[in-house]
This record gives sequence, structure tokens and C-alpha cells, in this order.
Amino acid sequence: MSTQAGILKVIHAVADIPNDPNPDESLFDSGTLDSFTLPDLVTGLEKEFNVKIPDADLVPERFDTVTKIEAYLDTHKS
Amino acid sequence: MPYLRAFGHHLPTRIVTNADLEIRTGRVPASIEKTSGILERRYAAENETVADLGLAAANACLANANLIANEIGLILFSSGSAERAFPGPASVLAQKLGLTTTPAIDIPVASAGSLIAIAFAADLAPRYNNILVVASEIMSRRIADTDPDTAILFGDGAGAAIVSNEASPNGLRIVDVSLSTDGNYADALQLPYGGAIQMKGLDVIIQASRKIPRSIQDLLEKNNLKPSDISLFLMHQANVNLIRKVATALEVPEDRFFRNIDRYGNTSSASLLIAASEWRAANPNPPATPVILAVFGAGFNWGSVLLTP
Repeated sequence: MSTQAGILKVIHAVADIPNDPNPDESLFDSGTLDSFTLPDLVTGLEKEFNVKIPDADLVPERFDTVTKIEAYLDTHKS
Repeated sequence: MPYLRAFGHHLPTRIVTNADLEIRTGRVPASIEKTSGILERRYAAENETVADLGLAAANACLANANLIANEIGLILFSSGSAERAFPGPASVLAQKLGLTTTPAIDIPVASAGSLIAIAFAADLAPRYNNILVVASEIMSRRIADTDPDTAILFGDGAGAAIVSNEASPNGLRIVDVSLSTDGNYADALQLPYGGAIQMKGLDVIIQASRKIPRSIQDLLEKNNLKPSDISLFLMHQANVNLIRKVATALEVPEDRFFRNIDRYGNTSSASLLIAASEWRAANPNPPATPVILAVFGAGFNWGSVLLTP
């Protein structure tokens, strides 16, 4: 499974709105994510990609789009 | 061995509904309820002070503990909404209780303050024996209607507890404590002098959703317990959605988390003790399992306390 496919799998699992966001679409502006679902997204990403995401990295700007999430994971995957 | 001997609380009589706030802030009641779980909150009267609310809660607590004020060895007073920088309400409360030599110390850290005070009291109980912990807040004077996302959340109230070094009937033993602070978020939730509360809600929810469950899990693991071993979680009543998040993260049913946020809103540091007092009033017998207290607030400060019957 590609990184983007894994990210979409996690988004589908945690989002209130079932959609398939474009890679550069803001997940917050579209209502896909909010303050209560971002922690779930991060926990889901940690499990899906076997990475540890520190609390200090939990800023919405890092997880605002699928592309940004992919870039973040690429630099943090062991 | 320190015990939580009794609780008490006091709430102002004035009820402010979501419909009342719609007039002031433009936020519709359904939206307020959905985003916070709050239906109404209490506001103090104009002539009431933080110490006044604290006194009423303290008197209720002393009555529940069968103590008189002269038997208190130390007062710890938590408030983030006191009327002046110093002296804080602790010394005023002591005076109102007729105590003129008993040490009375303020803990002005807002939401996490009551749990921090309980943690300190647990360590200080061998020296002072009966320690009166009071948390009182008049948040309604610290909000701005121009910031409806924040203004809709808060209410006024006070709670109190007696931490004693001696066991008492139905007392809860304070077994262990976990306290944490991360000043990287000091600006995320603040009350500037002369201003209103400023809250970056996203940061607060995100960090609280991660840090509270971790604090509880670490404390339980240290004491060879699991979340499923706990039948009662008394948590700071900040937002019903946050309480649900914590329950989900711990994989325990939501109904193990006491809730009264629908009636009182977020009363900052008072909320934990108001919740504990209401729970105790409705459940006078010892709980069947250990109990967890948990808070999160400005600082960020957060923590948890493990109690056993």
C-alpha cells in the first residue's frame, strides 16, 4: 500500500465526513478534520506507519493536507 | 497516609442558558451543545467574590467532614480568576473562616489547580493534618462576548475537599499522583491582566486529548492497574467531547466518567471538586474500585491522582 493510500485509510477511519480529499485540499477547511479528530488521525497514523509522533509536532499546519502528511511521514519513518 | 476525607461545593443561583448566550454572542444553542455538551451554566451575582463562593463550598465541606474551621491546619486555594494579583483569595477565605494564624496559600494556575492542590496536600498532610483544599472561580467576568468560542464554555462555582492524614469513614486514600507541565504552550491558554481569556482551542484539545490519557495510563501502570480496573473517572469538566476522547483513548465506557458539564459548563479549577462533591453526595458508600482524578489546563499543566476506597 502506498503512503497516500495508507493516509487516506486513516482519514476515512477518523473523519466525520466520508470523502476522498484531493492531495492538496485543506482537511480542516473542508470539514474532514477538526480539533477533536486530529488526535485520532495522528494516533491512526502512528499505528498505520509504525511511527512515534511527538506531541510537539501536533500542529494542524503539519497535517492540513494529504501531501503535508506524506511529507511529514517521509521524514519521520524509521 | 493521606486521605480525601470529604467534599463540598457551592454554585451561584443565576442560571445562564445557551439561549441567553445566543443573544449576547450570536452562537445558536444547538451549536453550543454540539461543540461543548453544555446546556447551561451558573453566573455569580455582581457582589459575590471568588472568596465568597469558596467560603460557601468550604463550609459545606467542613460540615460533610464533621470538622470545624479551627481543626484546619492549612488552606490551599486554587483560582485562576481572582479579583486581584495579590493577596489572593486564600487569606480572605481564612479570615472569613475566623482563622488568623492558619497558613493559607494560593495556587493560581486555573483549571489544573485543584488537582495540584490535592497532590500538594497529600504530601503536606503529615505536617498539617487537616488541609482544606478550595477551588473557586468566577469565569463569567473573564470572558468576552466578542470571542464566542470561548465565552460559551465557562461558568462560575466552587468546590472544596479535606485532605487528612488520618483515615475516616468512607475516606478515599490518595495512593499516587502524577503532575506535568509543558511551558511550550504557555500562550495557548492565558488570562492577561485586564483582559479576557485567550484560548487557542485547537492546541488545547489536541494536547489534552493526548496528554490526559497518557497521564492516567502511566499512573495506573505504575500501580499495576489498567483503565478497565477503574469504575469511576472524575475529570475536569472542560468539554464533553474531550471527556469522550479520553474515554475512547483509555478504551473504557463513557459512563465511567462522571459528567455535570451540561449543567455548569467549564468552571475551571472548581469543576473537579464540584464533580467529586456531587458524585460523593449521590454515592455515599465506598466505591467498588479505585478512582481516578484527572485534569488539564493553562500552562499547560495536567495530571492525575489515584484513589482507593
